[in-house]
Amino acid sequence: MKWESVIGLETHVELSTRTKIFCGCTTDFGGEPNTHCCPVCTGQPGSLPVLNRTAVEYAALAGLALGCEIHTRSIMARKHYVYPDLPKAYQTSQFDRPLCTGGGVTLSNGRRIDLTRIHIEEDAGKLVHTNSELMIDYNRGGVPLIEIVTEPDFRSAAEAVEYMERLQTTLRAIGVSDCRMQEGSMRCDVNISLRRPGDTALGVRSEVKNLNSFTAVAAAIEYEYGRQAELLEAGELVMQDTRAYDANTGATVSMRDKENADDYRYFPEPDIVPAELTRGDIERLRESLPELPESKLRRYTEELGVAESDARLLTKYRLVSEYFECAARVSGSAGATASFIVTQMFAHISTESERERWSPKADAEALGELLGLVRTGKISRETAKRAYAQMAESGGRASDFISEADMEGISAEDLARLCGQAVEENPKPAADFRAGREKALQALVGAVMRQTRGRADAKAVEAQLRDILPGD
Amino acid sequence: MSFCGLKETSRALRAGKISCVELTRAYLDAAERRNPELRAFISITEDTAMRQARDADARLREGGETSELLGAPFVLKDNISTAGLRTTCASRMLENYVPIYDAAVWELLRAEGAVLIGKGNMDEFAMGSTNETSYFGGARNPRDASRVAGGSSGGVAAAVAAGLAVYGIGSDTGGSIRQPASFCGLVGLKPTYGAVSRYGLIAYASSFDQIGPIARNARDAATVFDAICRRDERDMTSRGREGVSGAMTGDVGGLRVGVAREFFENLPADIDRAVRDAASMFESAGAELVEVDFPLLKYSLPAYYILACAEASSNLGRYDGLRYGYRTEEYANLDEFIRRTRSEGFGAEVRRRILLGTYVLSAGYYDAYYNKAQKLRAAIKNDFREIFTRCDCLLTPTAPVTALPFGGALSPVETYQTDICTVPVNIVGAPAVSVPCGFDGNGLPIGMQLIGDAYREDLLLNAALAFEELTDGKYLVAPDGGM
Repeated sequence: MKWESVIGLETHVELSTRTKIFCGCTTDFGGEPNTHCCPVCTGQPGSLPVLNRTAVEYAALAGLALGCEIHTRSIMARKHYVYPDLPKAYQTSQFDRPLCTGGGVTLSNGRRIDLTRIHIEEDAGKLVHTNSELMIDYNRGGVPLIEIVTEPDFRSAAEAVEYMERLQTTLRAIGVSDCRMQEGSMRCDVNISLRRPGDTALGVRSEVKNLNSFTAVAAAIEYEYGRQAELLEAGELVMQDTRAYDANTGATVSMRDKENADDYRYFPEPDIVPAELTRGDIERLRESLPELPESKLRRYTEELGVAESDARLLTKYRLVSEYFECAARVSGSAGATASFIVTQMFAHISTESERERWSPKADAEALGELLGLVRTGKISRETAKRAYAQMAESGGRASDFISEADMEGISAEDLARLCGQAVEENPKPAADFRAGREKALQALVGAVMRQTRGRADAKAVEAQLRDILPGD
Repeated sequence: MSFCGLKETSRALRAGKISCVELTRAYLDAAERRNPELRAFISITEDTAMRQARDADARLREGGETSELLGAPFVLKDNISTAGLRTTCASRMLENYVPIYDAAVWELLRAEGAVLIGKGNMDEFAMGSTNETSYFGGARNPRDASRVAGGSSGGVAAAVAAGLAVYGIGSDTGGSIRQPASFCGLVGLKPTYGAVSRYGLIAYASSFDQIGPIARNARDAATVFDAICRRDERDMTSRGREGVSGAMTGDVGGLRVGVAREFFENLPADIDRAVRDAASMFESAGAELVEVDFPLLKYSLPAYYILACAEASSNLGRYDGLRYGYRTEEYANLDEFIRRTRSEGFGAEVRRRILLGTYVLSAGYYDAYYNKAQKLRAAIKNDFREIFTRCDCLLTPTAPVTALPFGGALSPVETYQTDICTVPVNIVGAPAVSVPCGFDGNGLPIGMQLIGDAYREDLLLNAALAFEELTDGKYLVAPDGGM
């Protein structure tokens, strides 16, 4: 590689507290414009903020989950800039005394990404462009945010995306944010510069603001790599600037250069007394943390024998992992349960938001019972799939959809007879298989399964057929 | 009926000598008649006053335990939010701004049955010491209408001194209650920072602002203070405190009164004499005079103006014309809209302080100004801590001047300098009271200031009461309005 990219991320995550950070208004997403507001979150003259204690605790939980140091005393500060969605002309944030510092995330390639800090701040409102007018909706104004800032430790778009996914999984698992990028409750700014591999000094960076999907994060990094590399190779300079990413064109465009950068004029917020957490508070929060996805992943693969690819998918969604653990306990086979959820259930519950909400008709215990019958050989996998399809429609227990006949299974004699019959009735695939085409066997297996309405164990059928049809 | 203080008003109402509706009508008529000359009120709130008066009469008829404030007409500074009643901060920017919510103090006083006569004139956004920065024309001094009533709560002081309100509620960021009280011959209490909720007080400098009473005497000030010194969950800096009226004995025996020479440097002779006479009066009543040092006094003004302007530049950023307030008519784009709105909506003094505050917070200047001023603030707090180990209160003049002629007698910087005695108190967050203690050669009132340690309003108001009793109230505004 001719150029090495040096990337740092600033990720904004909305905390899922019930009320806003400085007032009692709801944080619910959506709602008629300007109905989730009050004098405080619209900055009416004379109104005063009251810091939401739960927001501070959620932010501390995020810090604990990411290995940060949590400070017993942190200070809110005013960050000044003028924009219509910011009704006080300053954002109440943190500056030189953030709540959390340090911490980090280790990626699957073994590289560690260090965190600089996590601080608390308020979200701004939203501008709504109509045909002729600019409207402002302050419903989102004052929703608590944390900003998670990394060191410039990423070297590729893939690393940045993996880190974002890991943040999302972790913050969802501890229940402090829903991290829905499509709703804006998780979004990120990318800082990127290039340098020659082996150089230690940093190049001039650009900052791409407000990326609201993993795809956009990756695409913006790739685009900036290309743009900056082209400039550098032409012997030109990269100008430090702030850029916006356009999802339609896949390009970034400059919004303002360094000369026009804001001077935020930070100073300590006099209306808010410092946020205090005692050592005891912090320990209590640490103890309240649920098992984190990383340790869950290790436990699933190392202790429960779940395939790693399945384990990654299960631990990505808090509710799915809870469902899995319950079903696996009942079925007695974690590996098969994991595989069933990831192949059978995920095929139908396919969107991210459905998986996040995870509310299948078949409850975890019922699935566990069903898969328990497979484990003990009472029914075939195929019967289980068929019964599950019905449970997924109407709920209920496994036994509601499994007949005596299903439970009987197929005797060895019957299986031999049916397989012989299938070979006779399907001479073409039989001949093909004999001629060495492995795939042809599946047509014969299918014929037997149809004949038995799925009661037969497909693996046993296959073995029987191989006996009858020795290859050349 | 002659105009008088709270106790007499309350007694007359309870005895049925006059109904609250009649009393309120009389105050409203007087306010209408005198306001063109005095400009004490920006708004006279007749409908609200009459409705409250009828309610008060009903409560008076019911009898039972009621507050002394029930039915007494009062004036509220026009930077305190009143839902449905315009609240202007004496600025073109908020000339037609009608708040949608009530300030905490207004809620508390209304619950006691107080009757709101009007919203008091002030310096624009409370930035000024003479009322001359009011967009509506500054309040005049009832004792001499060619002179200022002081500032920034000048309208409140003028209304009370002229007998157009029984008492008033002001705000004090660098002396804005105490100085107009001293110019108008009234008692003005700046409570400890945090004693009274700031919820609904339109901010000038958040870490200095505090709401307090302006009244005709120490007992009235204590009664009003007792009604408003409540902790409020909507103001994180509010702590509230217990009432003080019960502790007022008028006995100052053993009180250690501190006198720091720095406050008496370059003082006009009549002010110097009046305050020193007051010190002797305390001594004669059994108090002990203690000499203390306050060498940092001369750094108080720069520290105050840097920090207060920094906070002001931030607090006033929200006035962009988008959600409420003045809007410019001619503009090509959003940037120009905001720039013109602010240039046209704010007066010169407000613009000056916004610029100054923006400058001291700017990258490259922050350490030289804001940070250094913060260090001074900490050092001054230390000095005060030391001073209050040696004495119970400090006695100083309230201002080095008496009421100035209206119409730009002083330059902006000279005007800032007249705040020298009052700003240290806001820097440290301490309580202080201004008490009338004499008259100058022109017959204008002179005020002395008693500064106490945090939450010693009880001690200060008691000393003020003692002084009133020792001097037979001869420096207080006379019952007829003092003219």
